[in-house]
Amino acid sequence: MAKWMSVAQVKEKIKESSAEEVTAQYLETIGKSKVNGYITVSEKALEQAKKIDNEGHNGPLAGVPIAIKDNISVVGLPNSCGSKILEDYIPPFNAHVIEKLTAAGAVILGKTNMDEFAMGSSTETSYFGPTANPWDLERVPGGSSGGSAAVVAAGEAPFALGSDTGGSVRCPAAFCGVVGLKPTYGAVSRYGVVAYANSLEQVGPLANNVTDIAVLMDVIAGYDRKDSTSIDSKTEYQKALIEDVKGIKIGVPKEFFGEGIHPDVEKAVWNAIHKCEDLGASWEEVSMPHIKYALASYYIIAMSEASSNLARFDGTRYGYRASGENWHAMVSKTRAEGFGTEVKRRILLGTYALSAGYHDKYYLKALKVRTLVKQDFDRALSKVDVLMAPTMPNPAFKIGEKIEDPLTLYLSDVNTCPINLAGVPSLSVPCGFTDGLPIGLQIMGKPFDEPAVLRAAYTFEQNTDYHTKRPPEVA
Amino acid sequence: MVYENPDGVRIGLEIHIQLNKLKTKMFCGCSTDYHNAAPNTHTCPICLGLPGTLPVLNKKVVEAAIKVGLALEGEIAEETQFHRKNYFYPDLPKGYQITQYDFPIVGNGKIVIEGEDGEHVVGITRAHMEEDPGKLVHIGSIENSKGVLIDYNRSGVPLIETVTEPDMRSPKEARRFLDKFRNILEYLDVFDGNLEGAMRVDANVSVHWGTRVEVKNISSHKGVERALLYEIMRQKNVIRRGGKISQETRHYDEGRGVTLSMRTKEEAEDYRYFREPDLMPMRITDWIPAIKETLPELPDAKRARFIEQYGITDMHAKSLTSKIMLADFYEDVCAADVDTKIAATWIADVLLGELNYRDLVIAGGLRGYVGFIGFYNQKNPDRLISIHVRNIVELVNLFAEGKISDRAAVEVIRTMLDTKEKKTPSQIIEEKSLFKAEDDLVTKAIAETIAENEAAVQDYLGGTEKSLNFLVGQVMKKTKGTADAKTARELIIKELKG
Repeated sequence: MAKWMSVAQVKEKIKESSAEEVTAQYLETIGKSKVNGYITVSEKALEQAKKIDNEGHNGPLAGVPIAIKDNISVVGLPNSCGSKILEDYIPPFNAHVIEKLTAAGAVILGKTNMDEFAMGSSTETSYFGPTANPWDLERVPGGSSGGSAAVVAAGEAPFALGSDTGGSVRCPAAFCGVVGLKPTYGAVSRYGVVAYANSLEQVGPLANNVTDIAVLMDVIAGYDRKDSTSIDSKTEYQKALIEDVKGIKIGVPKEFFGEGIHPDVEKAVWNAIHKCEDLGASWEEVSMPHIKYALASYYIIAMSEASSNLARFDGTRYGYRASGENWHAMVSKTRAEGFGTEVKRRILLGTYALSAGYHDKYYLKALKVRTLVKQDFDRALSKVDVLMAPTMPNPAFKIGEKIEDPLTLYLSDVNTCPINLAGVPSLSVPCGFTDGLPIGLQIMGKPFDEPAVLRAAYTFEQNTDYHTKRPPEVA
Repeated sequence: MVYENPDGVRIGLEIHIQLNKLKTKMFCGCSTDYHNAAPNTHTCPICLGLPGTLPVLNKKVVEAAIKVGLALEGEIAEETQFHRKNYFYPDLPKGYQITQYDFPIVGNGKIVIEGEDGEHVVGITRAHMEEDPGKLVHIGSIENSKGVLIDYNRSGVPLIETVTEPDMRSPKEARRFLDKFRNILEYLDVFDGNLEGAMRVDANVSVHWGTRVEVKNISSHKGVERALLYEIMRQKNVIRRGGKISQETRHYDEGRGVTLSMRTKEEAEDYRYFREPDLMPMRITDWIPAIKETLPELPDAKRARFIEQYGITDMHAKSLTSKIMLADFYEDVCAADVDTKIAATWIADVLLGELNYRDLVIAGGLRGYVGFIGFYNQKNPDRLISIHVRNIVELVNLFAEGKISDRAAVEVIRTMLDTKEKKTPSQIIEEKSLFKAEDDLVTKAIAETIAENEAAVQDYLGGTEKSLNFLVGQVMKKTKGTADAKTARELIIKELKG
């Protein structure tokens, strides 16, 4: 069995052999993993696959294995969020996306590693140790959905679910040479996904190719009455896989090619834009003047919401609990021992930004900037169909290289977080290499215009061979 | 007469009421009917705040809040939204409470109460929706508790918090405000004030127009009056001794009837409010017309109509409209062929008096059940006592037709309240031989009494009025109480004085 298969190939293989055999093969590959991509491998995966073989299933993903980020609730599997505080927490309910996947017949292989509570861009803040980048085991896979991207790149799952609050699907997709989509805010239900910053995040798929992203979106997207921010857009994702960009207008926001960008990244992205031009699209430069404030605004909003979201982890009802002479002491100790440094930093900064006397200066100002960034996107996308830019300004860095310098690490989100402020869809697709490390092209679109984004990505992919390249270390 | 308010008292109230007539909680599908349930049985991942869960607003809560707003003659916001109030407490499963902040659903309303000097308007600053936290249960007493148990059955029950202007000038006015407010809420059918924890009150109070002190944790209307009386006395004495009132929050100790300092202004908590990102802002202007149409007749309007329609006194009308169940019951009685004034007397004076004597409250959970009124003792809420409309009708008619004495009628009501078997007034009268004595029986008894009590008769004729009472008593004794005392008295006078 080929290690890297598209969903179509997996389904073919199931037909030839069985779901059980396909799942067993993936579990075997996982067993030999060098990347530490999974926190939990499901003991029930084989059983699930066998059940599908025995009982038959006509769902679109019947028997197809998938990896799930460890902040998405699956009944019976721990949902650690990469944290000590939830190490032993097993949710009694499924996330909406898991209900959808199960109904479609997917087999859950396990839960993937992530930055603690999705706070990070390198998967190094996980309590369960860092995940390695399959292209260079000394480097980070990106984050926070680093586990999901790494296992897809390493052939340990055909595709995976991540979550993207400020780039957490697209950053690891770019670093690991896979495709990743942050859907429009509201396209996919957040029910059952442990919140880091509610107003910014979406569940997003990661896969080896654009087609599988669309396949997965057709399963997981859609209205869910349990999520009041979910919207029924009735988008048909696979229908958007049209190999044709003739007449499509591309906007190139110069603010995304700022200071500190790696020359090879800049070159690869421009090559991709020119490739699209060759295929019949046109491009023009667009200006988004408020993008330079987006990073600061993003971090204030994300940390503020996080400081509130993470208040529930107090040792009282579930999860890690330290002992203390009274409730307050117990809670303080639980949180001191249960959370890692980065999580504590963000809770403290978020608490500060919301505090009386600072609320207007930081939080309200950040909301104002958010509106301006949104308007920048509206304006730019009123003239063009999609925007193209680098996903990450640099390729994957070394494990340990930036972890002691949080500000530098935050800066690496400069091109991904504006998208979350605006709520628009954005996809990262492989577009080149530098020193053997993948580079990601970021394609952004209008709200709920994933079809335009997918069409541009699909056409680019079908006319290049970056997505066929596999990491040498683990091949 | 104008009330002088000699101590310059100003009282403002913050009242939390549970929308306990709604079937489900505010953000999940759990039942709100938890009062007799085992702890933590009315919970789900959402109201337990498990990670990953999201709130979905129960639209009935918004409708109820609009209803309350309209009944308080308030302004309903065009757009309203929710905020998070962040604080740590074991009964708060998410570490924040979903509430409203700068866009409350109701603003600028009022309630007219009977004040110290007649009608008095109390302004309503705002009313907003929020979720109830769980409940802490101490093992043993609070002072030497071995531990605390948490019951999340209450977590997520919808609340409306109403904030008044500091318009009340005495503890009595505060209590009257609460009585009126509760009455209005029960008319709206969104609230049953009899349930434990249904209404919780914080009071802001100041004297001599000075600094206000907040008194928290008051759970009954009587408690409010007592807490305020204590607090006003305390503040007056501090000032009298030359001290100053400092802005602080005090806790009301119901058992001891005193207020105790909890925290000063400097220790005030910072709740770090921000908009709840899991719920979208709502435009509700369009909802208002339809809700307006469902608004029932409110207490003041009903009271005026009762006076007009049934020809009863203002006192009786006020009493009969003080509970929606009672008002409905009275109207059901009046729908039959009865003397409405006599019915009002027997319900408002006698029945209510007997209820008070027995510590019985009118059940609020039975609206819609036409034909009877229910009561229970709050110490024993499971034992419901009910009286059917037709039985009161029968009783009132028997009395009006002169077939039973007033004493017998009272006895019938007492029997209906005190015995489990459902019997009609006629059955009770029959069993207890309460029918009014035949005229000749009474005449005979009077003749006998006069003959047997020569001394008393002479005393009476000599001007000792007391002796007449004795003679009436003797007649009653001879007729085993079946004679009508008033008639007997008149007959004796007639017999003796001609």
